[in-house]
Amino acid sequence: MDYIDYYKVLGITKSASEKDIKKAYRKMARKYHPDVNPNDATAEKKFKEINEANEVLGDPEKRKKYDQYGKDWMHAEQFEKAKAQQRSSRGSTGQGARQDFGGGDFSDFFESMFGGSGGFSQGGYSAGGGRQTRFRGQDLNAELRLNLRDAYKTQKQTLTVNGKNIRLTIPAGIENGQTIKIPGHGGVGRNGGPKGDLYLKFIIDNNTSFKRDGNNLYKDVEVDLYTAILGGEITVDTFDGKAKLKIKPETQTGTKVKLKGKGFPIYKKEGQYGDLYITYNIQTPTNLSDKEKELFKQLASFKN
Amino acid sequence: MQQEEYVSVTEFCNGHSISTTVITQLNEFGLVHIIERSNSLYLPMEELPKTEKMLRLHTDLNINLEGVEVITRLLERIEEANNEMIKLKNKLSLYE
Repeated sequence: MDYIDYYKVLGITKSASEKDIKKAYRKMARKYHPDVNPNDATAEKKFKEINEANEVLGDPEKRKKYDQYGKDWMHAEQFEKAKAQQRSSRGSTGQGARQDFGGGDFSDFFESMFGGSGGFSQGGYSAGGGRQTRFRGQDLNAELRLNLRDAYKTQKQTLTVNGKNIRLTIPAGIENGQTIKIPGHGGVGRNGGPKGDLYLKFIIDNNTSFKRDGNNLYKDVEVDLYTAILGGEITVDTFDGKAKLKIKPETQTGTKVKLKGKGFPIYKKEGQYGDLYITYNIQTPTNLSDKEKELFKQLASFKN
Repeated sequence: MQQEEYVSVTEFCNGHSISTTVITQLNEFGLVHIIERSNSLYLPMEELPKTEKMLRLHTDLNINLEGVEVITRLLERIEEANNEMIKLKNKLSLYE
């Protein structure tokens, strides 16, 4: 567990006044607040860090303890005992209307020095000033990686988010980069407010020979020169099987054919599929025998 | 009007300790769509997450309602641009 320099987190010096701390915190909160940085895990992490720094430095008691022990925070327990003795002869600490945004989920360093998170509900926001406002919990963001084959079929998955299992049905045809909202699986609400939502972003890895654009699939297929010139039949792989294709005589390289309904499932439209586009790449023969070369020369002479 | 689909603006504002003028102003900006029934104002339940997000900007970050309007519209544009970028990135993979 590492020591955290809360002054550095807020970009202030140790001599900063309460006003300076509040100002620095507000400035950084505006920059990293999750509502102005949706789907940004880095900003979310930074926001938690500055919340934690503010929780300590914005509270005179905690700041005093932090300043006194600093890197030797492991000995803070002695301070706690001394403080308990003092408390009996003193009234309220009178923190006033210090504002915080909740945040919860504090670091091990914080937990080690100050114990629990002081009654802050995880992810909730408060309006400060002691008002009993009911706020919806924070929205959470997560990423789920699937391969293209998985995304082809509707499937059920169980995810673990913040220690809780969520059973999820992922409809076939989900798009790379698509985000879906799972209501009520975000942070816990504050003062009886409802839970936030979980936003799940899908990253689809494609390790197949097919390329995807929305609901359509694309694939290049090699056709030998003789079949391309004389015509014939070839068998191609579709995403979930095979298909026979007739090649017309004198087919050119780059010719594209559409296999209707052989593409990717259309999201949330069961039984409907996009199309598969096959592009022919005509293969020029190599390692020709003398006889073959002679025959090609004969063919060339017809054209001259 | 089904009861579960709307929440009274007065009740909502009391719950959040804000003045009802905050919601009516957001309505004037076109950021929420409140309806009036029997001399009372109601907010559709489906607009609550968006409305509460705007309130957090207002109360957590001390941003005035004009600022909230600008931020909300810019965030909407960023979301549209991000969606467009995802589509284009996916299309670009066709040529890789």
